[in-house]
Amino acid sequence: MEFSPNDFVIEGVSSTEEQERLASRPVTYARDAWSRFRKNKIAVAAAILLLLLVLLVVFGPLVSTYPVAERANARARNLAPSAEHWFGTDSMGRDLFTRTCIGGRASIAIGLTGAVIVIVLGSLYGGLAALLGGRADDLMMRVVDIFSSVPNLLVIILVSVVIDSKSIAAMIFAMTITGWCPTARIVRSQMLQISRSEYVTAARLMDISPVKIVLRHLIPNTMSVILVDTTFRIPGFIFNEAFLSYVGLGVQPPQTSWGSLAAAAQGMFQFYPWQLLFPAGAIALTMLAFTLLGDGLRDALDPRLRR
Amino acid sequence: MQTHLHRLFESWMPMFKYILKRILYMALVMWIVTSITFFLLHAIPGDPITAMVQDLPEETRQAYLVSYGFDQPVGKQYLMYLKQLFSGNLGQSLRYPGRKVADIVANYSPVSALVGGIALAVGVLLGLGCGVLAALKRDRWPDRAVMLLALLGTTIPTFVIASVLQYALTVTWPVFPTTGYNGARYLVLPVICMCVGPLATYARYMRSSMLDVVNQDYILTAEAKGLSERRIITHHMLRNALLPCVTMICVSVAGIFSGSFIVESIFSLPGLGRYFISAISDRDYFVVLGLNVVLTGIYVCSILVSDILLMLLDPRIRTVGEEAA
Amino acid sequence: MGELLNVKNLSVTFSAYNGEVKAVRGVSFTVYEGETLAMVGESGCGKSVTAKAILRLLERSSATVSSNSVVEFEGKNLLTLSGKELNQIRGNAIGMVFQDAMASLNPTMTIGNQIIETIRSHKKLGKREASKRACELLELVELPEPQALLRRYPHELSGGQRQRVMIAMALSCDPKLLIADEPTTALDVTIQAQILELLQRLQKRLAMSVLLITHDLGIVAGVADGVQVMYGGSLIEKGTAQDIFCSPKHPYTAALLTAIPRRSMERRSDLYALPGTPPDLRLALDCCPFAARCKYAMPICKKQMPEETGETPGHSCRCWLQHPMAPRVALNGGEAGG
Repeated sequence: MEFSPNDFVIEGVSSTEEQERLASRPVTYARDAWSRFRKNKIAVAAAILLLLLVLLVVFGPLVSTYPVAERANARARNLAPSAEHWFGTDSMGRDLFTRTCIGGRASIAIGLTGAVIVIVLGSLYGGLAALLGGRADDLMMRVVDIFSSVPNLLVIILVSVVIDSKSIAAMIFAMTITGWCPTARIVRSQMLQISRSEYVTAARLMDISPVKIVLRHLIPNTMSVILVDTTFRIPGFIFNEAFLSYVGLGVQPPQTSWGSLAAAAQGMFQFYPWQLLFPAGAIALTMLAFTLLGDGLRDALDPRLRR
Repeated sequence: MQTHLHRLFESWMPMFKYILKRILYMALVMWIVTSITFFLLHAIPGDPITAMVQDLPEETRQAYLVSYGFDQPVGKQYLMYLKQLFSGNLGQSLRYPGRKVADIVANYSPVSALVGGIALAVGVLLGLGCGVLAALKRDRWPDRAVMLLALLGTTIPTFVIASVLQYALTVTWPVFPTTGYNGARYLVLPVICMCVGPLATYARYMRSSMLDVVNQDYILTAEAKGLSERRIITHHMLRNALLPCVTMICVSVAGIFSGSFIVESIFSLPGLGRYFISAISDRDYFVVLGLNVVLTGIYVCSILVSDILLMLLDPRIRTVGEEAA
Repeated sequence: MGELLNVKNLSVTFSAYNGEVKAVRGVSFTVYEGETLAMVGESGCGKSVTAKAILRLLERSSATVSSNSVVEFEGKNLLTLSGKELNQIRGNAIGMVFQDAMASLNPTMTIGNQIIETIRSHKKLGKREASKRACELLELVELPEPQALLRRYPHELSGGQRQRVMIAMALSCDPKLLIADEPTTALDVTIQAQILELLQRLQKRLAMSVLLITHDLGIVAGVADGVQVMYGGSLIEKGTAQDIFCSPKHPYTAALLTAIPRRSMERRSDLYALPGTPPDLRLALDCCPFAARCKYAMPICKKQMPEETGETPGHSCRCWLQHPMAPRVALNGGEAGG
C-alpha cells in the first residue's frame, strides 16, 4: 500500500460524533430488555397466542352460530363437533363453543383479578416492610411466615366453606387471602437487595432525598420482578379456579368457567370426550401461553443473563 | 481428642438452640392456625347440626346441641376444644357418630401416602434427573425434549391426563383395572397421573438451578484445577444445585398425606383427599377442623425438617443459624 | 531463558443476542521461564478472556476461539489437546487464580477438601498425605493455623485469606506457570500489596513464571519483568518493565502512565483521566482501535490497523507514529513514569 504524506498529519482527538460511533453505546435497561424480548420468538408467539385467546373469549360468542349459550335444546344433546356446533353440544343441548368462550371469560377474569390483587397487596406489604425495616419489618415478616404455614389449598377450601357464597368474588377472596404472601417476600427481598446496592449508597451519599431514591431506584428495579411474578401467578389462579370448580366449590350454574365445564363433562368422558377436551384444552393453552410469556419476560428482564 | 469433642459440642450447640427455637415457633404457628380455623368454622351462621340435617324435630336438635356442647358460649367451646386437642383427641365426626378424626387419618391416609409417595419418589427422581440432563445438554435435543415434556406436564390439568389415561388403558385397551383399590395393578394409573406434575415441576426447577450453578465462578475454578468432568458434576454442581430444591421436596412430601382429590375420585381410591372433600360437602365441620389441624401439623413439620436439612447441607446457613440463635 | 508459553494469533468471539463481540483479535505473545509478565488494560479490553482462553475455560460459554489460534505450552498446542490431556495440564503445570476469591471457591466444600481434590486429581497420594501437603501449602502462603483452616468454609475467611487459599490451591502441584487474573482487584489496598508481595516471593522461591493480568499499571511497576498493554482486543505495546515505564511508544501507554496517581499530587484536579470510552467490540475496527481517543491521531490511523514494529529487541508497538513517514512526537509518558 502506498502512503501519502497527507496521511501522516496529526489531527488529534476525533470529534464527539466520531467517538460516539466507535464507543459502545450505553443502552437503557427498558430498551435493552424490550429488544431481547422481541428476539425471543417463543415468547412473542406466546404473547400473540394469549392475545388471540382473549379476543376469542371476548368476541367468540358474537361469531358463533349459536350465540345464546344458555338456551337448552332437547333435540340437540351431546352432539359431536360439526360445522354447525364447532365444539359440539353438552348434555343439555347447549353449544359448547359459546359455552367455552363464556367460561373462559370467567376463568381469565379470575386469573387476572386474582393476580392483580395479590401483586398489589403483596408489593405494598413487602415494600412497606422493606422501607420500615427493623422491628416492624421483623413483625410483618413473622405474620407472613404464619400465613404461609398453612397449605394454600386448605386455606382456599376452608375460606370458601366459611363464606358459603358461591359467587366469583367470594372465590377470588378465598384465593387471595393468603396468596399475597409469596409476593410480599419476593418484593421485600428485592427491595432490600437494591437498597444495599452500591448505586443506592452512592445516591444517599450525594444527599438525594429518600423519596427520590424510592421513586428512581427502588420502584423501577422492583417492577421487573413484580412483572415476572404476575405472569407466573395468573396461570396458578386459573388452575386453582379449575380445581375448585371441579370439586364443586367454585363457579356455580348458571355461570360457568372452564373448570366447571370440565367437571360437568368428566362423568361422560368415555362417551363424549370432546366435552372435556375442549375446555381442558383451553386451560392448557392459556397456561402454556402464560408460562412461556413469563419465561420470556424473566429472560429479558434478568440482568444476570446479560452477556 | 478431648478438645475435638469439645469443639464439636461447641459448634453444634447453637444449632440445637436454633432448632429448639424453631420448634417453639412451630407450636405457636399451630396454635394460631387452629384458633383461626376454629373461630372461622364457628362464625358460620346457624348451628352445625342444622347445617347438616335441616328437618330435625326441635327437641332432638336441642338434645344434640347439648350433647356436643354447642349450647355453650364460643369461648368455652374453644377452651374445651383446646383441652381435647392437648389430650390427643382430634375430635370426631358429627355425621357419623363414633368415627374419630384419628381413625379417619389412620384409615384413609395410608392409601394417599402410598400412591402419593410412590408418585412423588418417581416424579422427583426422574424430574431431577431430567433437569440435570437438560442443563448439561443445554440447547441440544435432550434439553429441548425435556423442556417440551415439562411444559406439557405443567400446563395440562391432572383431570385430563387421568381421564385420557383411564379411557385409553382401561376401556380401549384394557391393561389395567378401571377403578378401585385391590392390589398393585390398581395403583399404576393413579401413580402415573400423580407423578406428571412433580416430574415437570422438578425438571424445570432443577434445570434452572443447574444453569445458575454452571455459570458460577467456582465451576471455572474446578475446571482450571484440572478436575474430571464427572467430578465437577458430582462434587461441585449437583450438591449446590440441589440445595434450593430441598425446601420444595420437603413441602411436596408433606403434601402426599393430604392426597389428591382429583386422582382419588377419578380412580375411586379410598384416600384422604377424597374424604376431606366429601367431609366438606357433608358439612361435617369437626372432621374438617380435625383434618386441617393434622395436615397443617404435617406441613409445618416438613418445613422444620427442610430447615434442619438445609442447615446440615449448607455451611453458610449454619452460621446464619448460629447468629439467629 | 526458554519459552514456556507461546500464544499465536489468538482470536475469541462471543455471540451475544445483539451481535458478535470480537473480544480478542489476533493476540500473540510469549511467556519465558521464570519471568513475570504483566498484561495491562482497561476493563473490557479482552485481557481476562485471553487468560481464560489459554486454559480453554471458555468452552461452557458462548465463545468461539478461531481455528488458526495456537496456544503452545512446552511445545504442545493446548487448543487441540483431548479433554484428558488438557486436564493433566490444568491445575498441574498451569495454575490459575481468579479475581473474586469468594465466588471462585465452592461455598459448600471445606477449604481442605478443595485443595486436597486438586492434589489427588494430579498425584497418586493417599488422603492423609494429600492433607499434609495441603497443610504445607497453606503455610507456604503464610496463613496462620493451617490445620484448623482446612476444616473451614470459604465464607468464614476474610477476603485476603480467601485469595491466599486460591493461590495455595493454584500452587498445589508446583505449576510451571501461574496465571493470576486480577488477583488483587477485589481487595483492600493494604491487602493488595500483601498479596502482590506474596506472589513475588513465591515466584522467586518456586522458580515459576507468572502471567499477571491487571487493569492497574501502578501495581505492575515493582513486580513485572515484562509488560504488555492491551486495548480493544489487541496488544498494542510490549516491552520490558523498564521500556514501558521509561520510554512508552504508544500514546495509549503514555496516557495510562499519566493516569497513575502519585504522591506529589495534592489536588484532586491533578488526577488525569483519559477522555472518551473504549471502542464497541462488536464493530469490525479495521483501523487503530485507539484512534478516536488519541491526541496524535492521523488520517491513516482511521484507515488501517498498524503493523507490529520494534526498533529495539523486545520492545514493540502497533502505532502509526512508528512509521518512517510519521512526524516525531515526544510522548509525555517518559517523564511521567520516572
